[in-house]
Amino acid sequence: MGTKTSKIYDVAVIGAGHAGIEAGLAAARLGAKTAVFTINMDAVGNCPCNPSIGGTAKGHLVREIDALGGEMGKTTDQCFIQSRMLNRGKGPAVHSLRAQIDRREYADIMKRKLEKQENLELRQAEITDIEQKDGVWLLQTRNGMIYESKTVVIATGTFLGGRIFIGEVSYESGPDGIFPARFLGVALKKLGLPLRRFKTGTPARVLRRSINLDVLEPQPGDTPPEPFSYETEDLGDNKADCYISYTNDITKEIILKNIHRSAMYSGKIEGVGPRYCPSIEDKIVRFADKPRHQLFIEPCGMNTEEMYLQGMSSSLPEEVQIEFYRSIKGLENAHITRPAYAIEYDCVDPTAMFATLEFKTLQGLYGAGQFNGSSGYEEAAAQGLVAGINAARQAQGKEQIVFERANSYIGTLIDDLVTKGCSDPYRMMTSRSEYRLILRQDNADERLTPLGFELGLITPERYEKFKKSAEQKANEIKRAEKTVLQPTEELNKIIVSRETSPVEQPVRLADLLRRPQLSYDDLTAVDITRPSLPKRIFEQAEIEIKYEGYIKKQQEAVARAKKLEQKQLPQTTDYSQIKGLRLEAQEKLNKIKPQNIGQASRVSGVTPADVSVLLIWLSSRK
Amino acid sequence: MAIAAISTPFGTGGIAVIRISGGDALQIADSIFAGSKKLHELPPNTGAVGKIVDPACGQKIDEAVALVFKAPHSYTGEDVVEISCHGGVVVANQVLRAAIDAGARLANPGEFTKTAFLNGKIDLLKAEGVIDIINAKTNLAAKAALAVKGGAISKKCEKIKENLVAIAAHLCAWADFPEEDIAQVEFDALLNSVEENKTLLQAILQTAQAGKLLKNGVQTVIIGKPNSGKSSLMNALAGFDKSIVTDIAGTTRDVVTEEVNIGGIVLHLADTAGIRQTEDKIEQIGVKRAKNEVKTAQLCLCVFDSSLELTAEDDTVLQQAADENAIFILNKSDLPQKLDEKRLQSYNKPVVKISAKTGKGLGQLKDEIIKICNIGNIDPGAGIIANERQFCAVQNACTELEQAAQTLKNGYTFDAVTVNVESAVDSLMELSGERASEEIVDAVFHSFCVGK
Repeated sequence: MGTKTSKIYDVAVIGAGHAGIEAGLAAARLGAKTAVFTINMDAVGNCPCNPSIGGTAKGHLVREIDALGGEMGKTTDQCFIQSRMLNRGKGPAVHSLRAQIDRREYADIMKRKLEKQENLELRQAEITDIEQKDGVWLLQTRNGMIYESKTVVIATGTFLGGRIFIGEVSYESGPDGIFPARFLGVALKKLGLPLRRFKTGTPARVLRRSINLDVLEPQPGDTPPEPFSYETEDLGDNKADCYISYTNDITKEIILKNIHRSAMYSGKIEGVGPRYCPSIEDKIVRFADKPRHQLFIEPCGMNTEEMYLQGMSSSLPEEVQIEFYRSIKGLENAHITRPAYAIEYDCVDPTAMFATLEFKTLQGLYGAGQFNGSSGYEEAAAQGLVAGINAARQAQGKEQIVFERANSYIGTLIDDLVTKGCSDPYRMMTSRSEYRLILRQDNADERLTPLGFELGLITPERYEKFKKSAEQKANEIKRAEKTVLQPTEELNKIIVSRETSPVEQPVRLADLLRRPQLSYDDLTAVDITRPSLPKRIFEQAEIEIKYEGYIKKQQEAVARAKKLEQKQLPQTTDYSQIKGLRLEAQEKLNKIKPQNIGQASRVSGVTPADVSVLLIWLSSRK
Repeated sequence: MAIAAISTPFGTGGIAVIRISGGDALQIADSIFAGSKKLHELPPNTGAVGKIVDPACGQKIDEAVALVFKAPHSYTGEDVVEISCHGGVVVANQVLRAAIDAGARLANPGEFTKTAFLNGKIDLLKAEGVIDIINAKTNLAAKAALAVKGGAISKKCEKIKENLVAIAAHLCAWADFPEEDIAQVEFDALLNSVEENKTLLQAILQTAQAGKLLKNGVQTVIIGKPNSGKSSLMNALAGFDKSIVTDIAGTTRDVVTEEVNIGGIVLHLADTAGIRQTEDKIEQIGVKRAKNEVKTAQLCLCVFDSSLELTAEDDTVLQQAADENAIFILNKSDLPQKLDEKRLQSYNKPVVKISAKTGKGLGQLKDEIIKICNIGNIDPGAGIIANERQFCAVQNACTELEQAAQTLKNGYTFDAVTVNVESAVDSLMELSGERASEEIVDAVFHSFCVGK
């Protein structure tokens, strides 16, 4: 090995994508001496796929990261182009914020945040080897430097063993033409990590002035747009529109005629692609009876002409891409600046990790992001935050933190990964949470900011501000329960205009708000004692009043589930020695080593009867 | 929260034991038990004699003995009170009802044993014994599951589960992929499919209810004004003279009970004092009891004297029975008819003309009883939900769908409806054992009967 530096870091992060950034910042902010290694200083915080942050369930993750003091939400607000709250009208559980961003600006802001962060050293270096000696991790760079660290977070994204596929052509590469991490994979295999190949893809980028935007349906942002971060006070206005177009029969014909030339279909790619983000050729083959597929044309930034074609990723040859993209309305003369490609990379089986994101067999080694088998910037950032927190705490001799399913999408994401594993890149969805109505994007701060403060990631000023707004909300709910409105003509006029039945007796404000048809806004004129509060407070109060019954129902479900989560299973348990467990359950449980009965019950292959045996075994040990 | 259940076998017996277990078992027992001493002041493992009173109205239900056990030295490891009252279904149920009204929750099947296990009251040796039981049960359960799987009900539930999964999947896809051109979830279609599946589940529950009736029998009360022929009817149904029959109004003063078999179903018959205003103290109590019987009965046989016009006393009977599962019996069809049948018909209850004296019309009455118990089409060997746990699972699924439909009709957003549909799927998965859930231990212990 090469030259050692004298310094021993508390946390070393390999990779400075969305996972690496949050891991590095969280660790440094918790007081850990932190190093972040990036293969290319100009690739810090890169968004190699869509120029947007958030979306269904992903928006929840961003809010949660922000509630814990992470950077993704704030940076998004600082470079946002336009934003929309998706799923309005489908209910508060599935409201999800998504913002288009200036991707270069996003990367620049993030890089600057890392550069300016106390306790953090950002450095361009490809890590080529990793080993553990005397309880310390040694990281060797391509240039022969050796860095020592008590803990390591691997956040290699799609760089680890990255290989790009465009039709018949394939070559070793990271995303956006940056070189890949060629050597680290070998070292990780030597450590015994169960690596495997996944693949993902991205559509072409097209020059704005080559698109006939006049014939396309524009998609403006919300007015006013809503910020992600609880700290953003003034977001400003939307800066640009997105556009919608559709594939047609000719697109379909071109793709089907050339399908054998797609890297995905010619059998060249061994990696498993995401089910939830299929390439256009996948969509056309799998949903053969669909006459058209929707695509969104989104600006990549304010200082570039490049536009992103969401929904149109592909691994067909470049000349076929030119042909099928140009078959789409508005894109007839499209000039492709970067072709679509598929990328295959090494990642790990996440069941090899605890819910702390530390590898079960390698103390001090953590994984985060796409390396753990997930897909998406937001999923990566969420894991990065958790891995960074736990790596720092381990270096400082503090207890590890596990996020609960019942309290966050972050916890749900990680529990799914480490308990159930994933057979394709894991994408967050609202339907993955059984507690959707309490894990809303509007109350992420209530769920997580106290923890963020306790951990040391939230400043006392912000915590005070949070407590004040939580109190305002609680008081407003109390006021709504107490305030009685008289059955005046004015009130009934409002009520009837919202197509709900008039009142004859005095009625509580809360009871009116319980009616799905009525909102705070409707009742402004008659609600004369209403205090002046931020809009957000009223929105939250209204949700909690309206959905009170359901929220209570889910809280009861949480309480029931908690009982099983509290029954701890010793990590030293040899499940093959437990009488009555079926063989499959013994094997699976020995592999996952669940922390508690609740987690054990979610392991695939473990039946209700097995769980009963575990319960009896547990109680008999006492 | 304390749990309570009748711990003795269902049916008649000298005494019945109602067990209450939990942190507030003693307080609950004290609020329904009036003895010389408060139970919570008694030393452990002792008892007291007293009476059980209805906590709501203070009315005496029965004389009883209460035994007090204190945590951890009890069967469940919690504070336990065991109340021994007079046997029979009605009294025991009343005592149980009183305990529940006082704050206890009805114990689930096997819950006392489960609590005992979870509180470490079953030691290693016993626990191993329990594992053996579980192993045995798994084999049995496998067989039972297979039997259920092959059965009509399981197939129906499986189909309903598939329907619901499809609904939930559509709702989720529609919410999670708003920009993927997923077909809109339409209000009418959603409400229709929720209601459709709810109706299917209700049909299964009805069959199951009937199955339960077959197993446990039907609490049946005979009411009517004095001398309308209630006791004659009782004797006619029983096939022998159980009740004393005279032409003196008010002969039957207390409740007289008998079990009779009508076409395979057991009726637990209670003949009651004729309902009328009376100065006679004893008879007054009888009348009150008769009215109480109506409240707890599953079936009311209302007897009218068709040779007389309807009186104010008949009106009281009609009032009592209006909301009950009732059959109107026009007795004394052998005499000239004076009663206004049309008025009775307006209550939408089955009306049967009989003569308890000659036996005419009894066959038709039996047919009506079978019809009203909804057991006409039941094959006792198949298609009946095997046990309480499965019944609960189907019932929960049904309740969730009812809530889903209500939520939809009230105009709430679909995310709330999704929660209900998914809970319904969970319940049905529990039914077939496909889901590992927090109710698992309950499922394992379900084979212990309620109260153990």
